[in-house]
Amino acid sequence: MSILVIAEHDNSSLKQATLSVVAAAKAIGGDIDVLVAGENCGAVAEAAAKAEGVAKVLVADNAAYGHFLGENLGDLVAEQGKNYSHILAAAGTTGKDFMPRVAALLDVAQVSDIIRVESEDTFVRPIYAGNAIATVKASDSIKVVTVRPTGFDPVAGEGGSASVEQLDVVKDAGLSSFVSEQKAESDRPDLASAGIVISGGRGMQNGDNFKMLEQVADLLGAGIGASRAAVDAGFVPNDMQVGQTGKIVAPQLYIAVGISGAIQHLAGMSDSKVIVAINKDEEAPIFQVADYGLVADLFEAVPQLEEELKKVL
Amino acid sequence: MKVLVAVKRVIDYNVKVRVKPDNTGVDLANVKMAMNPFCEIAVEEAVRLKEKGVASEIVVVSIGPKASQEQIRTALALGADRGIHVETDEEVQSLEAAKLLKAVVEKEEPKLVILGKQSIDSDNNQTGQMLAALTGMGQGTFASEVVIEDDKVNVTREVDGGLMTLSLSLPAVVTTDLRLNEPRYASLPNIMKAKKKPLDAMSPADLGVDVAPRLSTLKVEAPAGRQAGVKVEDVAELVDKLKNEAKVI
Ligand SMILES: Cc1cc2nc3c(=O)[nH]c(=O)nc-3n(C[C@H](O)[C@H](O)[C@H](O)COP(=O)(O)OP(=O)(O)OC[C@H]3O[C@@H](n4cnc5c(N)ncnc54)[C@H](O)[C@@H]3O)c2cc1C
Ligand SMILES: Cc1cc2nc3c(=O)[nH]c(=O)nc-3n(C[C@H](O)[C@H](O)[C@H](O)COP(=O)(O)OP(=O)(O)OC[C@H]3O[C@@H](n4cnc5c(N)ncnc54)[C@H](O)[C@@H]3O)c2cc1C
Repeated sequence: MSILVIAEHDNSSLKQATLSVVAAAKAIGGDIDVLVAGENCGAVAEAAAKAEGVAKVLVADNAAYGHFLGENLGDLVAEQGKNYSHILAAAGTTGKDFMPRVAALLDVAQVSDIIRVESEDTFVRPIYAGNAIATVKASDSIKVVTVRPTGFDPVAGEGGSASVEQLDVVKDAGLSSFVSEQKAESDRPDLASAGIVISGGRGMQNGDNFKMLEQVADLLGAGIGASRAAVDAGFVPNDMQVGQTGKIVAPQLYIAVGISGAIQHLAGMSDSKVIVAINKDEEAPIFQVADYGLVADLFEAVPQLEEELKKVL
Repeated sequence: MKVLVAVKRVIDYNVKVRVKPDNTGVDLANVKMAMNPFCEIAVEEAVRLKEKGVASEIVVVSIGPKASQEQIRTALALGADRGIHVETDEEVQSLEAAKLLKAVVEKEEPKLVILGKQSIDSDNNQTGQMLAALTGMGQGTFASEVVIEDDKVNVTREVDGGLMTLSLSLPAVVTTDLRLNEPRYASLPNIMKAKKKPLDAMSPADLGVDVAPRLSTLKVEAPAGRQAGVKVEDVAELVDKLKNEAKVI
């Protein structure tokens, strides 16, 4: 078997999610190559070459891939991947965008968002917002799979010494072009890989009040998330949404503040190691999944939390 | 400009899903079904384009059993003009759904195809992108804003790092995210009117598509599930537990 992993990156650094995808590839077994497609992404290729278990890094460095347009990546990966038994990518918004195109171009089914590998053709994935866990078997000769990074412990990012090979194939479908982007600039750890996440919901009442969470997050080195209700209400930007249709997180500690615990929210965080809920309604469903529940008004509890943490950290 | 919208019949998002005791799937017997929420957003966007005078006709298509016509009628009540039902009782997976939609696209030649970004049952998030690849169209996935300008569409997408805007040549495929719009409710008179709007039924065979599934579900289990923990009295106790019991800070 031979597996092609598509690296997730921002042209300057390799995302940790990629190391989790390599871990999924190792669980399948076989030779693992990594494809880095981007623009001026040499540093990413170097990082990928150091990842544990990678045999070869293929680099497609061209303006056509700079913004990870789904049409161009789809064409590139379908062509490069057709001689592999498996093509894997992280189930982030980039992988979700181009991988189904790859599958369609190769005329094979895609298995989305796997959390476990049972064998080379059988995978485990959540369906119905995590209310059911399906074991699915793929019968196509090439398996196109997206991987939920929180399902797999990342391989080591150091110590490997893969060879690096430049590809000079340029796939520019000419169907789409990049116009602009609005990036959330923040020094905080990335939600998906943060060890601690503190999230606010509708109970926060407005965006300004999220500053309270920021102060706690600064003390803990935590990432900040939100429920859909908080994003819809405009308190915080969309990239902070945790849940079925937002980001999936599984930190060591997840603190839910003013979040009721709707099933769609739980889908994004219920694999966290320890869950804390702060909510003034003792009947809130979030308490059914919380290891530690505090029934309290968040406007009192969160400042107190900041003070108590200062004492012990 | 003609707009094609794909809508899927799924379990209502408020229903608590239960896995069948024999682990063959989830229990759909006597469960409330509804239009996939992301598809409602897709219909709403098409209707708004029509209200702005950008869209001239909205065709809505659904693939699934006879009862999927309920969701088509709902879309017609919301403002779609005409329905297409690709009727099958077989399980239709994403690739095959995309092939069926491709066949419909070839017949109807829409300028814009709008789908939900994912259906809340299988959570696949595949069909729109597969359709785009099969028809050679560009794609604007996870859209939170759609602006048509002449023969282009600008799509703002919700991506992991924030928002990203793309320009696509028409025809194109757009898949909807939650914040694209807030769908309206159908009024009673419009529900009545929808009953008279045209609805064509056809089979996958009529469209020349083999829908045999490529993925087989070996089993479906309930998730491990978490136990409720303890309630703490105050913040001091909480911090103490996190530090000394759970050891996570
Ligand atoms: C298709 C679909 C997809 C969805 N995807 C997602 C998703 O990805 N992520 C997601 O989060 N949701 C998602 N949702 C929405 C989800 O169903 C809920 O509506 C949402 O999670 C509710 O957010 P909330 O808990 O912040 O708000 P609410 O349910 O309104 O809860 C607010 C909570 O704050 C508490 N509160 C209020 N004031 C205080 C106070 N002063 N102190 C302490 N507690 C207080 C209240 O007791 C209440 O429990 C989705 C829904 C649909 C239909
Ligand atoms: C009768 C029936 C029984 C099924 N039983 C099972 C089962 O037991 N186990 C199982 O795992 N799967 C089952 N499925 C199949 C599963 O739901 C498919 O994976 C699905 O139909 C393919 O779409 P998706 O969920 O991957 O779409 P996604 O890619 O997640 O959906 C994105 C968008 O594509 C469009 N779309 C998708 N499907 C349709 C459609 N049918 N009609 C119109 N638009 C559509 C919608 O706009 C939707 O918002 C069944 C399907 C049917 C019809």
